Amino acid sequence: MTTCPDEIDKSLINRLQDDLPLETRPFAAIGRELGLSEEEVLQRVHRLKEDGILTRFGPFFDAAALGGAFCLCAMSVPAVQFDAVMTKVNAHPEVAHNYEREHALNMWFVLATESAGEIASVARRIEAETGLEVLLFPKEREFFIGFRVAA
Amino acid sequence: MKPDAIDRKIIEATQSGLPLVAAPFAAVAAQLGLAEREVIDRIETLKRAGVIRRIAAAPNHYKLGMTANGMSVWDVDDAQVDLLGESIGALPFVSHCYRRPRALPDWPYNLFAMVHGQSRAEVHEKCVEIAGILGKACTRNDVLFSSRILKKTGLRLRRKED
Repeated sequence: MTTCPDEIDKSLINRLQDDLPLETRPFAAIGRELGLSEEEVLQRVHRLKEDGILTRFGPFFDAAALGGAFCLCAMSVPAVQFDAVMTKVNAHPEVAHNYEREHALNMWFVLATESAGEIASVARRIEAETGLEVLLFPKEREFFIGFRVAA
Repeated sequence: MKPDAIDRKIIEATQSGLPLVAAPFAAVAAQLGLAEREVIDRIETLKRAGVIRRIAAAPNHYKLGMTANGMSVWDVDDAQVDLLGESIGALPFVSHCYRRPRALPDWPYNLFAMVHGQSRAEVHEKCVEIAGILGKACTRNDVLFSSRILKKTGLRLRRKED
């Protein structure tokens, strides 16, 4: 049963979206900032994760720095073919996520491959299988993100 | 910087998350047969190099009421897009912000910013805020809402030998 986050949970959720101190007992350090014991911080973080309020806790990596290539792609898929095209696109293990969006370009997915050259070859395979054009939108520049969810 | 073999082990061991224990870096070190100091030092180096952005929680926006998100897209003057992109990325309601190539004639937009809000109306309001920052440098814009998640798998570091 999911419990609603209380005020202490909210302050913890807000604090944990900022960087964890790089020290031996980082949760004790956060506890000192918020007036909580290390044990209480850990208990609450465990519960918030179990309840699915926090999906993940750990390092955020620059995807490209991990090696491999990523590319946002879009297709304009006629409604009658949509499910068949989706099945063909999703069958590729290189397709990391895929969203239907309300636009003439109505299918948007990310390709993740080992090397930059593979992006074009997977896109060409999808074009051959579906008979539809795949537009490639590789990132040319990534901007620093200040995103935080206010709990 | 290119992560070496030990860095890659640390990345692999932590990419699904850090152990939620009192001494998480010691736990990672024990798992990999390294000293805690070495794990902390290497993470510090990876952070300085930008490979690790930060160590933090990823909240579920949906469970915190942020149920709407839109991919806002903007046609921004090429001479100004990099500077303006920094301002848009720094907004607290933007979770991703990239400059990407246009695909003319169908797609005139070169700046992409994922905007989150409690409703579509709120996303539209945030887009008005972005439009205000971009000013005359932006001639056209649109916002694409997702109607369905068709596939979602996490991005994972893949081993070369796989």
